[in-house]
Amino acid sequence: MITLDTTETDESHLPHRTVAMSIRGRLVSSLIGFGAIAVLTCLLAPLVGTTPISLRRVFDPSIPFDQNVDAQIFFVARLPRVLAGALVGSALASAGVVFQAMLRNPLATPFTLGVSAGASLGAMLVIIFGGTLALGPFSTVPAASLAGAAAAAAVVYWLATRQGRAISTSVLLLAGVTLNSLLSAVIMFVQYLADFAQVYRAARWIMGDLDIGGYDTLIASLPLVVAAFALFALLPSSLNLLSVGKDAAASRGVDVPRAQRLAFFSASLATSAAVSLAGPIGFIGIVVPHLVRLLVGVDHRIVLPASALFGAAFLVACDLLARTALSPVEIPVGIVTAMIGGPFFLWLLVRRS
Amino acid sequence: MFLTADRVSYTYKRRAGVESVKALCDVSVSIPRGSLTGLIGPNGCGKTTLLKLLSGVLSPDSGSVTLDGRALATLSKRQVARRIAVVPQETHPAFEYTVLEMALMGRHPHLGPFQLEGPADLAIAVESLSATGTAQLADRSYMSLSGGEKQRVIIASALTQSPEVLLLDEPTASLDLGYQLEIGALLRRLNKERSATMVMATHDLNLAASLCDTLVLMRQGRVLADGRTPDVLTSATVKQLYDVEADVRVHELAGHLTVVPLGRLG
Repeated sequence: MITLDTTETDESHLPHRTVAMSIRGRLVSSLIGFGAIAVLTCLLAPLVGTTPISLRRVFDPSIPFDQNVDAQIFFVARLPRVLAGALVGSALASAGVVFQAMLRNPLATPFTLGVSAGASLGAMLVIIFGGTLALGPFSTVPAASLAGAAAAAAVVYWLATRQGRAISTSVLLLAGVTLNSLLSAVIMFVQYLADFAQVYRAARWIMGDLDIGGYDTLIASLPLVVAAFALFALLPSSLNLLSVGKDAAASRGVDVPRAQRLAFFSASLATSAAVSLAGPIGFIGIVVPHLVRLLVGVDHRIVLPASALFGAAFLVACDLLARTALSPVEIPVGIVTAMIGGPFFLWLLVRRS
Repeated sequence: MFLTADRVSYTYKRRAGVESVKALCDVSVSIPRGSLTGLIGPNGCGKTTLLKLLSGVLSPDSGSVTLDGRALATLSKRQVARRIAVVPQETHPAFEYTVLEMALMGRHPHLGPFQLEGPADLAIAVESLSATGTAQLADRSYMSLSGGEKQRVIIASALTQSPEVLLLDEPTASLDLGYQLEIGALLRRLNKERSATMVMATHDLNLAASLCDTLVLMRQGRVLADGRTPDVLTSATVKQLYDVEADVRVHELAGHLTVVPLGRLG
């Protein structure tokens, strides 16, 4: 055992702030801070809209629900949409964090590896050729996009593991980027074959939309997101070491192939669930993790949960803007996130170089 | 013997466009407890592969590696990492970790899956940083440091693992002369004062001659010679290793063997 001789330490040089603010303290304060932002956003967002409603009337027990218009607007029209925003924002932001660490690439997004292109193709096929297909309790478009996402993830995973047990992250990246453009071409071809009304619906889906129309779709995606988050919980300390390097992780006791598989599957699962629910809403997966890192540092044990909470707040806020900015017209939320996210992303790029 | 490799062989499997490479063939080494052993040989001779087998990052195709009488293959990755730490040539994190965060990552094998570092872990990290003279950098971003500072932080991170064995892969390769001497002195001090067992792969024969008690000479995946430094580091072995004519003698002022290359053999 290499025991350390403390006689020559120079602890006096160590900034006291570092010692005082332990990882535990930083984690707790980040969770409280970002948790409060997320809860407040989700509570306030349903109150704002074309028709003003009052929170007091919404929760007034003396008015029966079928006569309480405010409560109906709150619970039936707006809350499902806000909760969908929270779920999707949280899943995409967390998946972004996981992919960035696993691929050792701060510019990776949940869509880098082709999952969203697979989901889009699945959705396109049903929108354009599906007609009146029905799949029991599940809506066909989300189910088809989920299947497309799973197929895309399976293909890149198969390609990246052909040469051994461990995932080759370089093959994963190249295969994902190639699959993205290949599937985009197929999507365009499918759209080329369709009529105007179908193409409009398809284009509208790709812009991303949180208006899911009720709680059913939300409840159907919930188990997938919950499973993904349960797997995320196992990851953070391995993600720190994986982002330092594969060998560094292995020599500190991380089972690298297992950690990579877990990261890939959990992040793909979260992305698939999010995209099948609301379409490929871009930039959440890169803007939110980078914003969070600017605020709380880069330790994944803090960044991952903080991004999950802030992602929820960010997408709900963007959707609020989308609903109200040009009221009564609604802008697709994907446009709002990209308009905020795009310039921010470019700024990050310039700042990095 | 404390750390041994017994007739280990390793082949890098064929990958797209790259043929299989037999990196190690029937290599046996024995590292005594508390020794500082140098691993020298030309590029591609298998030094790095041998270090990866000794650290358990790779498993040998045949043969076995044992630590203190126990085969590494029977220990979990976490158990191995509690006893053996690795210092690579260069470390490039993808994110801007602070120096303290880099050092604290050394505690990973000692923590449970959901356990955060406590005050005791922090104290070990701070002591390691102090021992390598980098405690005053604790809050700086690792990526903003100079090459020599980075390498000292990585050594601190390895020390934070509280290992019995430190494996170093060309720790001074990317450093200037001043930093090379500084890292050399640091390693000698850690070896003597803390009786740390160290194995260091290096291209710097003079660094190896000044630091190492014993040397393992490797060529083309095999051990050419091993033993006490003055016995195995001769102009004849340098010629065999590198096809280079060299003058090898004890330098009066330095007090150790020095190698002056005179020319490459046709």
